[in-house]
Amino acid sequence: MADIKLDANTKALLEEVAGTQEELFKGAFNIRSNMGCLGRQSSENIKIENKADGKPGLEVRIAPGTKDEKVFIPACVTAPGIDDLVYNDFYVGENADVTIVAGCGIHTETGERARHSGIHRFFLAKGARVTYEEKHIGTGSSSTEKFIDPVTEVIMEDDSYLLMDTVQLGGVTSSDRKTTGKLAKGATLVIKERLLTDNDETAKTFFEVELNGEGSGVNLMSRSVARGNSHQEYVSNIIGNAKCTGHSECDAIIAGNGKVDASPKLIANNGDAELIHEAAIGKIAGEQILKLKTLGLSEEEAEAAIIDGFLK
Amino acid sequence: MLEIKDLVFNPDGNRNILNGINLTIPDGKLVVLTGPNGGGKTTLAKTIVGINKPTSGDVLFEGKSIKDLDPTEHSKLGIGFAFQQPVRFKGILVRDLLNIAAGRTLTEDELRSVLARVGMDSEAYKDRAVDNYLSGGEIKRIEIATVILKNNKLAVFDEPEAGIDLWSFNNLIRVFEELRDERKCTLVVISHQERILSIADEIVMIQDGKVGLSGDGKGIFSRLLCKNDCNDCRIKEAQ
Repeated sequence: MADIKLDANTKALLEEVAGTQEELFKGAFNIRSNMGCLGRQSSENIKIENKADGKPGLEVRIAPGTKDEKVFIPACVTAPGIDDLVYNDFYVGENADVTIVAGCGIHTETGERARHSGIHRFFLAKGARVTYEEKHIGTGSSSTEKFIDPVTEVIMEDDSYLLMDTVQLGGVTSSDRKTTGKLAKGATLVIKERLLTDNDETAKTFFEVELNGEGSGVNLMSRSVARGNSHQEYVSNIIGNAKCTGHSECDAIIAGNGKVDASPKLIANNGDAELIHEAAIGKIAGEQILKLKTLGLSEEEAEAAIIDGFLK
Repeated sequence: MLEIKDLVFNPDGNRNILNGINLTIPDGKLVVLTGPNGGGKTTLAKTIVGINKPTSGDVLFEGKSIKDLDPTEHSKLGIGFAFQQPVRFKGILVRDLLNIAAGRTLTEDELRSVLARVGMDSEAYKDRAVDNYLSGGEIKRIEIATVILKNNKLAVFDEPEAGIDLWSFNNLIRVFEELRDERKCTLVVISHQERILSIADEIVMIQDGKVGLSGDGKGIFSRLLCKNDCNDCRIKEAQ
């Protein structure tokens, strides 16, 4: 296992967004901290290099046929005043089947704002399968503004599959997430987004997926909770340019003075495109609280259990 | 013992949905509330478990008034309730809901056992969400499982048979008998179903917000089944 010294804040953030060090340091990884590299390791099948174009960031190349490997590329910001911008490109070879764990944690204790913007591009070759896990958190002083603005671009070749599992569960003052995808024949993109905002936090989500190949499909599932005075915006555009299937589901719970705007859009440019959108925004149903109260939970415990389950 | 005294429920001031109910439910008995739709059975059940606050009258459990307690406090006293139309939750798994009901994390064996009692295969259901993808019968059986797990002194079931298949229904009868005979749980069951009426210790007709005919289960049951147009059978008129 790699021997990398981590301060307490970085260690805590990494465990939150990427898991234990034992697992993280086992295979290929790169740990970005305060705009620098704390440690990097490639594996036989997964090579991690600096970007060739000189921009800050990585090129991660996964060999064709790689199976059951994980690559970790978490980023942490623990120093005040950091404005981190990083470009990471992932090239996934034909028929590879891997998990990519990203995620970003910001911990600040002073009043200076901190930002991390990760611009990720995924190039999935034919038949490649990827599970992408991304968790964002903000910790430390609540008076410090923390910004996380991820941009994700996905190019999927024939019969490839990408599951994006993204989580942001509080502590981030503002996030502006943009995800775009272009899918070829038989490619499938599944996006599961879970989002919790509180206090005066804001979160924007923008999805645009072009279904260009016959038999391609996308399933967008967004679950969010807006508490306090927080505000969320959800925009999704699914564009069916071929015989394809698209499904978008946006569910939001509002608590306190939280606000949610949802603007789903379906564009069928092909007569055989089958596109569906479902959306539901509202408070926690009173009958749900009531049921859990009859099982012995207090109102607060019931609300917490419902939100925990909803965002699981 | 559960005692209901002069219970009136009139939420909007227009009409008494419960109109002076007096009823005593003895410990360890299975009492079936039956009667015409809209007669006040569900309202009465929800008042017993603290969901409805009575306009006047009282509900005594083990000698103490519980009418002002909320459902959480009722639950802590050992009073459980299975809803007629169970609630669905996006994201909460069957195992999560059962853990909440049990007040602890159940083992895999315990999950298997409780789900088997309501006719469900744990492997197929424990990690499914309690959401719209479950059928009415499936969610009803999970609802019943949550009440079984609570170790209640008093369990109130609102039309538990609705939507469940015959095999599960047979299981349900066994569950009621076990709760009553082995766990000494007092059961109040709202039902119109013959099999449930046939195992009742007492049957109480609720109509127009009042107690109608009531008494020993077997006696009332035979009158309910009476095909003759005898003058005594006021039940028939009520239905």
